Amino acid sequence: MIRFENVSKTYEGQTKAALLNVNIEIEKGEFVFLVGTSGSGKSTFLRLVLREHRTSKGHIMVAGKDLNRLASWRIPQMRRQIGTVFQDFRLLPNKTVAENVAFALQVIGKPRSHIRKTVPEVLELVGLEGKQDRLPDELSGGEQQRVAIARAFVNRPMILIADEPTGNLDPATSEGIMKLLDRINRTGTTVVMATHDVSIVNQMRKRVIELENGHVVRDESRGVYGYQH
Amino acid sequence: MRLNYILSDLGIGLKRNLSMTIAVVVTIWVSLALFGSALLANEQVDLMKGNWYDKIQISVFMCTKDSGGRGCSGTEVTQEQKNRIRQVIESNPDTAPDGVFGESKKEAFAQFKKLYKDSPIVSTVTEDQMQESYRVKLRDPQRYQNLVSAVAGLPGVDTVQDLRQYLDPLFEALKGLKIGAYIASGLLLLAALMQISNTIRLAAYARRREIGIMRLVGASNFYIQLPFLLEAILAALIGAILACGTLWLGVYFVVMRRAQETFKVWQWVGASETFRATLIMVVVGIILAVVPTFLTTRKYLKV
Ligand SMILES: Nc1ncnc2c1ncn2[C@@H]1O[C@H](COP(=O)(O)OP(=O)(O)OP(=O)(O)O)[C@@H](O)[C@H]1O
Ligand SMILES: [Mg+2]
Repeated sequence: MIRFENVSKTYEGQTKAALLNVNIEIEKGEFVFLVGTSGSGKSTFLRLVLREHRTSKGHIMVAGKDLNRLASWRIPQMRRQIGTVFQDFRLLPNKTVAENVAFALQVIGKPRSHIRKTVPEVLELVGLEGKQDRLPDELSGGEQQRVAIARAFVNRPMILIADEPTGNLDPATSEGIMKLLDRINRTGTTVVMATHDVSIVNQMRKRVIELENGHVVRDESRGVYGYQH
Repeated sequence: MRLNYILSDLGIGLKRNLSMTIAVVVTIWVSLALFGSALLANEQVDLMKGNWYDKIQISVFMCTKDSGGRGCSGTEVTQEQKNRIRQVIESNPDTAPDGVFGESKKEAFAQFKKLYKDSPIVSTVTEDQMQESYRVKLRDPQRYQNLVSAVAGLPGVDTVQDLRQYLDPLFEALKGLKIGAYIASGLLLLAALMQISNTIRLAAYARRREIGIMRLVGASNFYIQLPFLLEAILAALIGAILACGTLWLGVYFVVMRRAQETFKVWQWVGASETFRATLIMVVVGIILAVVPTFLTTRKYLKV
């Protein structure tokens, strides 16, 4: 589903590479944790998958397509197959929960009937039934993140990318979010999640890829957060 | 693509930037109106030049019974006098070879009727009241003084009209006006361009959250740009329509109602030239809106 072939990324104006010679293959339906200290390149990894940046060297294949060869006008099409969730939720403050989720479908031109059917379904899936008319301000952090996940998932993407989705949440709320991501993963969606949350990684026992200074230093199929020497 | 979302976006955008939208409209209005005037001034100068300047340099009008020129004696010019006048003109070194054309009363009358075809004056004038004339082309349009003085005062010559004498200052003034209008409208158009691009930048900044999310969920660039484009095109169209209206009013009141009445002998720009100018103005206005909007929003869409 996602393949990094010898990928290096040096940001413009930087001398130090944010990613260096990364080779990774992530299969369809996998759940992958991306761990590493701050600045190790986790967000860079995810941004490259979204084609927010080009690689400096090497190739990234997403769903069989080489992102470097993708014409820029095809990028939006590619992004429709990838859902994205961030630490800061990124909701529109003047839109209700349902409108925030519907927005993702509206702007890619989905018919209204489809939107009316899908949005309540996905809100129920993320556990927000009955809260569809609230504004983001009127929700807890965990609930806001559920809205963001609903928005990321509403178009049934093949891949869900999450950059520290529990970074702003307390442990109990984080656990709920992880259950939700796990549920989404079980529908066949590939999930790649960057995190610093030790207990979550240790609990879930999923594949763990650890980055350090842009290098992959560990890749374990049922790993934990720290080194196990 | 759902039209109602786009339209509601457009409405929100216009409301949010109402004062800026008005500023853009006014700038486009003024700059396009000036630009249109410059286009018309250009046409006008060309019309005048084409009609008069290049064709005929000097007109030698000959006496009728009623004319009181120096060489007239209260009678119609005689054939003998005409021959003499023609001979003087043809032998003058400044006259172009085969540069002398006689205009009979009949031709003068026909020309008169053509020029004044819409005026009631035509019915009060008879062919007999027309003046016969020689029209003289010069070898060098700059050198006319010598010929004028040679012919003026000959028996049978009423007046010698050197049109350059009248036209030159006028053309100079018009040329200055034209260049001034082009420069001023060019500067204003540039200001409008920058103003639009600034407005769009601000509007895009105000909507950066939405734009960020749209990009993230895979909205097409066109979809993201469209509200901005529509907003800019709408402002440009309103400005252009106001400018076209202004130009039409200007042409109607200044040219059709005043200038054409006062200077009947000249051709003036009319509806067809104005129409052409307004078409160009609308196109320029739309380009003015689309290009900076496209470039500015594109910058926002990268990365
Ligand atoms: N847009 C950018 N321009 C220049 N350098 C950048 C940019 N984004 C990240 N970097 C640099 O690239 C390196 C990797 O950053 P990245 O954001 O991928 O780290 P991270 O693992 O996500 O860190 P964190 O855990 O703090 O989120 C860092 O050295 C960072 O300074
Ligand atoms: Mg990061």
